Amino acid sequence: MRDGRCCKIGPAARACLRLGVPIAMLVGLLGYGATIWAQGTSPPAPAPATASVGLGLPLSPAEAERYAITIFPDGRNLPPGRGSVEQGMRLYAMHCAACHGAQGIEGPASRLVGSDGFIAWNDLLRPLRVRKYPLQVLSVGAMWPYATTLFDYVRRGMPMHAPKSLTDEEVYAVTAHLLHRNGLVPAHAVMDRESLPQVVMPGRDRTVSAWALDR
Amino acid sequence: MFSHSGAGKVARRTFLGALAAGGGIAAAQQMPNAQEPLAARLPRAMSLPGGADLAYGQPSPHESAVQRSVSHVSGFAGWRTPLQHQRGIITPSGLHFAVHHNGMPDIDPDRHELRLHGLVDKPLRFDVARLMRYPMVSRVHFLECAGNSAANALSPTALDQTLGEIAGEVSCSEWTGVPLAHLLHEAGLKDSAQWVVAEGADGGSHSRSLPLKALLEHGMVALFQNGERLRPSQGYPMRLFMPGWEGNVNIKWLHRLEVTDAPAYTKDESGMYTQVLADGRIERFAFHMDVKSVITHPSGRQTMPEPHGFYEIGGLAWSGYGRIARVDVSVDGGRTWAAAQLHGPVLDRAFTRFSLPWKWTGRRADLMSRATDEHGRTQPLRSEWKRRYAMHSFNHYNAVQAWRVQADGRVENVYA
Repeated sequence: MRDGRCCKIGPAARACLRLGVPIAMLVGLLGYGATIWAQGTSPPAPAPATASVGLGLPLSPAEAERYAITIFPDGRNLPPGRGSVEQGMRLYAMHCAACHGAQGIEGPASRLVGSDGFIAWNDLLRPLRVRKYPLQVLSVGAMWPYATTLFDYVRRGMPMHAPKSLTDEEVYAVTAHLLHRNGLVPAHAVMDRESLPQVVMPGRDRTVSAWALDR
Repeated sequence: MFSHSGAGKVARRTFLGALAAGGGIAAAQQMPNAQEPLAARLPRAMSLPGGADLAYGQPSPHESAVQRSVSHVSGFAGWRTPLQHQRGIITPSGLHFAVHHNGMPDIDPDRHELRLHGLVDKPLRFDVARLMRYPMVSRVHFLECAGNSAANALSPTALDQTLGEIAGEVSCSEWTGVPLAHLLHEAGLKDSAQWVVAEGADGGSHSRSLPLKALLEHGMVALFQNGERLRPSQGYPMRLFMPGWEGNVNIKWLHRLEVTDAPAYTKDESGMYTQVLADGRIERFAFHMDVKSVITHPSGRQTMPEPHGFYEIGGLAWSGYGRIARVDVSVDGGRTWAAAQLHGPVLDRAFTRFSLPWKWTGRRADLMSRATDEHGRTQPLRSEWKRRYAMHSFNHYNAVQAWRVQADGRVENVYA
């Protein structure tokens, strides 16, 4: 019944038994993974530095920068440029409303505005929409902890049919508009690399991490 | 053993059954006759030269009803494994579940690279040909979407669906690839390195933050699944694999690893792949999929072929924390339980098959399975699970699955 436990000797170890010490050392080095990963053994010690295979090619700083599109909550990696709530309103109508709804609550794509849950006092039709699109119980405005993620995701993934087609200024504008729709910035707000990380999202203080962040 | 709903299949079975019965009657009436060739009294397939095989084999055309079921929710597609047809711990690659948030990219492996940068001494890039030269490891592991069984978590009434439709966002394969530790140590980790932001080369540039320590211990860049190169649906030419962790972090079409000092709070760790707790707080970075099991036969929308008699209750169990230690089965809605037999191999963070012989009396019966892993983690009842989370939370649902066998033989999803 518990056959998995009897197979603890990895191929590298078996080769060691056959071929003697010098070859065993070589195989032990290259077969490091096979030995530690033999299913049924306990987690291994960290890999020694000598296990390096060394086939990776250097990645130039320019190329790393070209691909590094992740924006961090403290604003790290936000590009230059700026966009206003008003510009964002026009862009939202053009690129976003067809899937997210005119108010950002209608679906079918993710709800962008308002609270999460099955019901809300200011959104009486929500139960009907949830019945049609169950994921409308979630809400970007209520749950996302950092405004920088709005910029990051709109820039990398939206609009769904033409991802990465908006300019950085357009992404700032759409982000500003979504924050205003959620009552988090005023109608005259302009978002840029300085102002965006300072917006406080309601999801931040609701956050609890199941993984100790400093472990 | 069990007939499945779907008019086409029933009709075909009836048809094949009639053919077989007709043949049987004809054979019984034949007397041995020296003037007649042997072919006259044996099945037709035994008297014909066989057909040609295929360069890449396919399932029997008689099994064409065994398909993934698809649903499109809020703009993304979920393809679910028909677990009710699976007997054994390995899911055929073509039936492995997939959830795509922005479709499947068409990637030329000769132009694809994995880039490793951030808090490292030497930023590196690896093309596919170079990665293929690294020492590889093979492990059998399940993979489960965080939102598997979400309908059972969210819907106030149990939906009358098949097992695959309800809980088919879990599958199990042998994954072969390069331990991430090889690549991370080759680049050299700076002292401040704590997290890795992994990213795919799809239209949505799907991205998740993972703790570095766990990646060093268990992470793999998977290149092969069940002995062949990854299917496009599973991230060809390469994906991140973290055994036992929610499917969403196993980045398909992996092309970038950025070593950082903190998580990025990407789109999916901000909303869709979090859990709202009963007190309204939002739980993030709950990576492990907990212990869970399902009875695959009998299961939802099947019909017992006879009104009573011997049946094998069988199913699959798994835990993101380790090996399955036991599975208990109840046929009376949880009042009494019996230990099911576990069928080897019982592997770490992999499907484990279980079974229990059952003599059905023909009366209504509520079937349940409850798995316990080697760490003593066991499945909650639905009511217990619901108490932990807000009413609208649905990820990481691992409550006991119950099936009601009605007196007329129909099997339905119920809440126990």
